Amino acid sequence: MANCPPPEELININYTTPVKSWMDTKTLFKPGNFSYPTKPDILKYLGMPNPREWSPMDADWKLPPDWKRIVTEKFRSNLKKYRSLKVFMDICVRCGACADKCHFFIGGGDPKNMPVLRAELLRSIYRGDFTLAGKVLGRLAGARKLDEDVIKEWFLYFYQCTECRRCSLYCPYGIDTAEITMMARDLLHEVGCNINWILEPVANCNRTGNHLGIQPQAFVDMMDFLLDDIEEITGKRIKPNINKKGCEILFITPSGDIFADPGIYTFMGYLILFDYLGLDYTWSTYASEGGNFGLFTSDAMMKKLNAKMYAEAKRLGVKWILGGECGHMWRVINQYMLTMNGPADFLETPVSPLTGTRFDAAAGTKMLHICEFTADLIKNGKLRLDPSRNDNFVTTFHDSCNPARGMGLLEEPRYILKNVCRQFYEMPENTIREQTFCCGGGAGLNNEEFTETRLRGGLPRGNAVKYVRDRHGVNNLACICAIDRATLPPLCDYWAPGVGVSGVHELVGNALILDGEKKRTTDLRQNPLPGMEAEEE
Amino acid sequence: MAALYAFLVVLACGIIAWLGAGAGLGTIFGIILPYVAAAVFIVGVVARVLGWARRPVPFCIPTTGGQQKSLPWIKASPWDNPTTASGVVMRMALEVLTFRSLFRNTSLRLDRTGPKVAYSSEKFLWLFSLMFHYSFLIILIRHLRFFLNPTPWCVRTVAFLDSLLQVGLPVMYLTDVLFVAGLLFLLGRRILDAKVNYVSLLQDYFPLFLLLGIAATGIWMRYVAKVDVIAVKELTMGLVTLHPALPSQPLAPSFFIHLTMVCVLGIYFPFSKLMHMAGVFLSPTRVVPNMSRRAMWVNPWNDPSIKPHSYAAYEDEFREKMVEAGLPVEKKA
Repeated sequence: MANCPPPEELININYTTPVKSWMDTKTLFKPGNFSYPTKPDILKYLGMPNPREWSPMDADWKLPPDWKRIVTEKFRSNLKKYRSLKVFMDICVRCGACADKCHFFIGGGDPKNMPVLRAELLRSIYRGDFTLAGKVLGRLAGARKLDEDVIKEWFLYFYQCTECRRCSLYCPYGIDTAEITMMARDLLHEVGCNINWILEPVANCNRTGNHLGIQPQAFVDMMDFLLDDIEEITGKRIKPNINKKGCEILFITPSGDIFADPGIYTFMGYLILFDYLGLDYTWSTYASEGGNFGLFTSDAMMKKLNAKMYAEAKRLGVKWILGGECGHMWRVINQYMLTMNGPADFLETPVSPLTGTRFDAAAGTKMLHICEFTADLIKNGKLRLDPSRNDNFVTTFHDSCNPARGMGLLEEPRYILKNVCRQFYEMPENTIREQTFCCGGGAGLNNEEFTETRLRGGLPRGNAVKYVRDRHGVNNLACICAIDRATLPPLCDYWAPGVGVSGVHELVGNALILDGEKKRTTDLRQNPLPGMEAEEE
Repeated sequence: MAALYAFLVVLACGIIAWLGAGAGLGTIFGIILPYVAAAVFIVGVVARVLGWARRPVPFCIPTTGGQQKSLPWIKASPWDNPTTASGVVMRMALEVLTFRSLFRNTSLRLDRTGPKVAYSSEKFLWLFSLMFHYSFLIILIRHLRFFLNPTPWCVRTVAFLDSLLQVGLPVMYLTDVLFVAGLLFLLGRRILDAKVNYVSLLQDYFPLFLLLGIAATGIWMRYVAKVDVIAVKELTMGLVTLHPALPSQPLAPSFFIHLTMVCVLGIYFPFSKLMHMAGVFLSPTRVVPNMSRRAMWVNPWNDPSIKPHSYAAYEDEFREKMVEAGLPVEKKA
């Protein structure tokens, strides 16, 4: 955050529109507003086009010689493959209802971040290349010709969209900018314009089973560290299964949570919960990633990475899959997984071994969300909880975009939170549930070099957090997404200092009373529990 | 600039029709053009809809606007997050009949001191759009009296209800006022709201001016020129019964302007954003139920040759390390 201006400066957002038409405004790359391009060896490993060293700041982007034909042909073919693209190109009336719904527009004021205009960046080329009026009337009909400046503009603005779908909720025709961004990125891949922060994790995930490139032995080591911490805090040594065949359940969660603070505390929460339940389950190192950066790449890549989940479930012979807290992972599981890699008839509809509840919502994918699982446990009185152990926290809940608008998982995490902590307050209603705001780092934009734009995009979320901090003393922002756990801490430090970030199952882990545990004096972060400060000494 | 061009195009349409009718080209503007327009409209709309429908919906991608149906004790939102066809019918009915998504609209206000980002409900766009669309529908229904003989009771009832607020003679239709008010709001917003103005194109202004022209000439004929309604009906009935003939009594120029603009609208419609009327029914984020975790949504071009990096290849690469870390392996080294 070294180069980012302070909030007092950044808040001077100019929402006035330029005098010049948007077609005449030049795309400006500057440090902080774009993500670094993919390293050539990554593109080569993935077999993707046009690997080369380049920078968006360069004048020459080293596009392939026939790049124009390549892009146009891909556009044409995608218009045939996706009704969404064709309909969304055709029916926008430019009513502008979406204009001020995008967090990047709210925090930046660049009109090309208005969802309607972001779509027009693509639509104008569609008109010019595929419609009669556009061909004849040209610019008069809002059409323009594809040139290198258009590619540069696409690269900037379609990597300034986090595919959060907030605009789509307000659109009277449901035009979904996430869909348009995916299509535009698909075109950009064809000429080798993509970002390393997405494709390196994709390459890692393909090879090592997870985005971070954690090899199996390192996964075991990292888990051991967390098990040591759990032993220190609770007095209990947990021995989870890894890659074990014949268990009832395979558990898959984002790799970010085994790796970095504060996700690790959520990871510990899972371990504690499953041990408490005596769950017959295993982790996998081959399928050690819940997330899927393929979603931010192309549907072929999404399918390829996602396929590991069923492949591993089959190899290990489990009955069903349990999935951890993650945002885009659940859009993939809810909306793409079964279509891409189903049917999953070698698995069974998830049934909670503790409560006997059959989860028909997952009857097809056979994959259950941990919040659905835990909410059912609490409802059936299967968990002994001491919510006072979370009294250090005054909590609010951030709905992650994908579980909210790509699934509708709204109440389950709230039900859990209300049972495991005693102080819970909601943020303003226009900023939560289906209207939730992005953390600014979704769709593969949670990288360091993009921090300034991320923090700008984080304004609406950060400001809502600040509101409950000031009003109710909220100091903990709970969420169910590993990307959130990486992006929200700096966002809060910037816009709402004093508020930390946790997962929902971290708080479950704090509250859960284990058989034979020692008297807990700290929470999972090893901060003293209320009233235990002295005993710490 | 776009607004001016659109206005000039509409003005030109009006002038051409006026001159044409005056020059005795009644057959072209009264008979040939309406038939051409009707044909283009019908064929164009059908072709456009079939063109969309022919394209597959590879993935089940509804934008969920409420709680999913999961555990029985959690209240689901069957209209905003439907899992079934009947839920989708309800979602679409609310969308099309009440503009539910637009009803959610908020407007943003940034208070730089604080700072505070505030959202307030913004219902004007919803209200005036709804007013405009419903007025348009009722006006179209009222116009059926020119195309059906005898005029069905339902059309007469609509016209009667529309004129309940008796103002002047001939009675004023409520929808005439609401229609024009709606159009003027939409036009005014497009010109005055800087953000909307910035994204507006010729094709956004053109239909507004065209509809205003149609409304203006319609109102003129009814309240000022008091055109011969019997003669108009003679022409329109001739058109629908496929025995077209110009009426014995000459028709006012304002009628030809009105009719020509309607024909231009009909011809323009299938090629324009006005197709949102049909497109909304094919929008995958709205018309698809949130069911792809319960049952399989089939992608017709799913590529079965896309396979994951296999476990065998993974184990081959990491076997030694796995054994060392105490992880089970399939093949011993």
